[in-house]
Amino acid sequence: MRRAAAILSSVLFGAGLLAAGLHAASAPAVRWTEEERAIIRSLALDALPPLPTDPSNRVADDPRAAELGRALFFDVRLSANGQVACATCHLPERQFQDDVPLARGVGTTTRRTMPIAGMAHSPFLFWDGRADSLWSQALGPLESPVEHGGNRTQYAHVIAEHYRERYEAVFGPLPETVKFPPQAGPVADPDATRAWEAMPEADREAVNRVFANIGKAIAAFERTITPAPTRFDAYASTLGAGILNEDEVAGLRLFIGKGECVNCHNGPLLTDNHFHNTGVPAASGLPKDLGRAAGAKLVREDPFNCLGPYSDAGEGDCSELRFMAADGHELLRAYKTPSLRGAAGRPPYMHAGQIPTLADVVAHYSAAPAAPAGHSELRPLNLSETERRQLIAFLATLNPDPDDKGRNGF
Amino acid sequence: MLTLTSRRALLLGIPALVLAGGIVTAGAMMRSVPSDLDLALEKPTAAGLYKAAIAPQTNPVSVGSMHAWTVTVLTPTGAPIKAAKIGINGGMPQHGHGLPTAPQVTKDLGGGRYLIEGMKFNMRGWWTLDLAIDGPKGADTVTFNLVL
Repeated sequence: MRRAAAILSSVLFGAGLLAAGLHAASAPAVRWTEEERAIIRSLALDALPPLPTDPSNRVADDPRAAELGRALFFDVRLSANGQVACATCHLPERQFQDDVPLARGVGTTTRRTMPIAGMAHSPFLFWDGRADSLWSQALGPLESPVEHGGNRTQYAHVIAEHYRERYEAVFGPLPETVKFPPQAGPVADPDATRAWEAMPEADREAVNRVFANIGKAIAAFERTITPAPTRFDAYASTLGAGILNEDEVAGLRLFIGKGECVNCHNGPLLTDNHFHNTGVPAASGLPKDLGRAAGAKLVREDPFNCLGPYSDAGEGDCSELRFMAADGHELLRAYKTPSLRGAAGRPPYMHAGQIPTLADVVAHYSAAPAAPAGHSELRPLNLSETERRQLIAFLATLNPDPDDKGRNGF
Repeated sequence: MLTLTSRRALLLGIPALVLAGGIVTAGAMMRSVPSDLDLALEKPTAAGLYKAAIAPQTNPVSVGSMHAWTVTVLTPTGAPIKAAKIGINGGMPQHGHGLPTAPQVTKDLGGGRYLIEGMKFNMRGWWTLDLAIDGPKGADTVTFNLVL
């Protein structure tokens, strides 16, 4: 096989020289080994498998649920001050993120807003993976005192008042919401917590179901948000000349080679959907952040997880949660590998937006500083200034095609 | 039990089949795997107490998805080991990290065969799978190498 590969590469080398001569005026023809070609193709959007089913959400692919979810996603009534919707931080025209280091809802969070396109492919959500489905993820911000800031009965009342018909068409009859307190839920607000604790168990259970269903509808909508094709995808499908320039191709070579970026940023979404400590500095002024070490415990205890009473999953589903790595030093300050699709167009970077520019990010990975806690998986790359510039040029080829405005993702 | 032929097919087949399936993801291609790496999927355990073999339940073994494997534990002469306790560990020696999941034996399939669920490889490259086997002859370990 090796001999065959060697022969093949020399043939390609020859072809490359020839092509270089032919296309010198436009862009250089590039020599890739078969292995490199396979890696490049594996990163292309057309290699993305169909959306995985979500057995924990029986309405995940119900278009009526997606329409309801779309309405809820933009509804500021689902907040403490009537001013915050999911779309407040997940701005559709900005890759469903908000361009600021720390998300701002009714207050300021401790984390950078994550984009949404393609997230239905991810087994764990949030930077620390503390949710194991899109629907359980959607519930977190609704109850966070610094995001939507509301509570479960408040949201049930919004559904009963404004969405009854659409909700019942998807989920069946709403409970009798008039008997529920206006503000009650297991949240930071002590009054709402007291009201929640005073409710009969059966009522709390009924409200929990409405709350979970809000998440399931939003998830059905989010499943329709998909990444848009990029210039890199055009290149990956043909490897033809004239699509990427010399610096971009050199950057791609670094990405899959010396830079070792592709170890974690792999597959068509350029993420392994896993959690890594890459020595990202702690954000100043924020509380201690354990990353995945905390997230793994939170998702295991979450009543809205795949194994919980509000999940539609059957026995044998939920393998991601059942076999999740929940302990070990590798989890400390490990954060989810983000997709790099569109990343060049959405600074700042990292889980708390603590690295302002892409150049700083590449410099960080090249230098591989020690982690503030736990152990960084990085080793210094010592990239030259030219190499760093080339990597950045390549990353920009993963930006959505500006001519492709009709897609949901961007 | 895997024959030599099927073992070869598996080892060579993993990347090829995964590529064909269009769900391949890429890995550390530029760091070379030791040329003398033992890729056998059937071998004696470290102290020779048992003979162990592993096989994926589904082919291709694709990067990034959950899959199940079977492990077969036999005496050195080929008799099945029943009711063995098997611990699973592993990782990527060149990267210094472990498995991304916590796989477990979930079923005794009989005849010395056991089902391992929850396996996942989140990147291409050289992986090890370390089994700690506790059976009637005592505790022993075995390490398998996989290259995806």
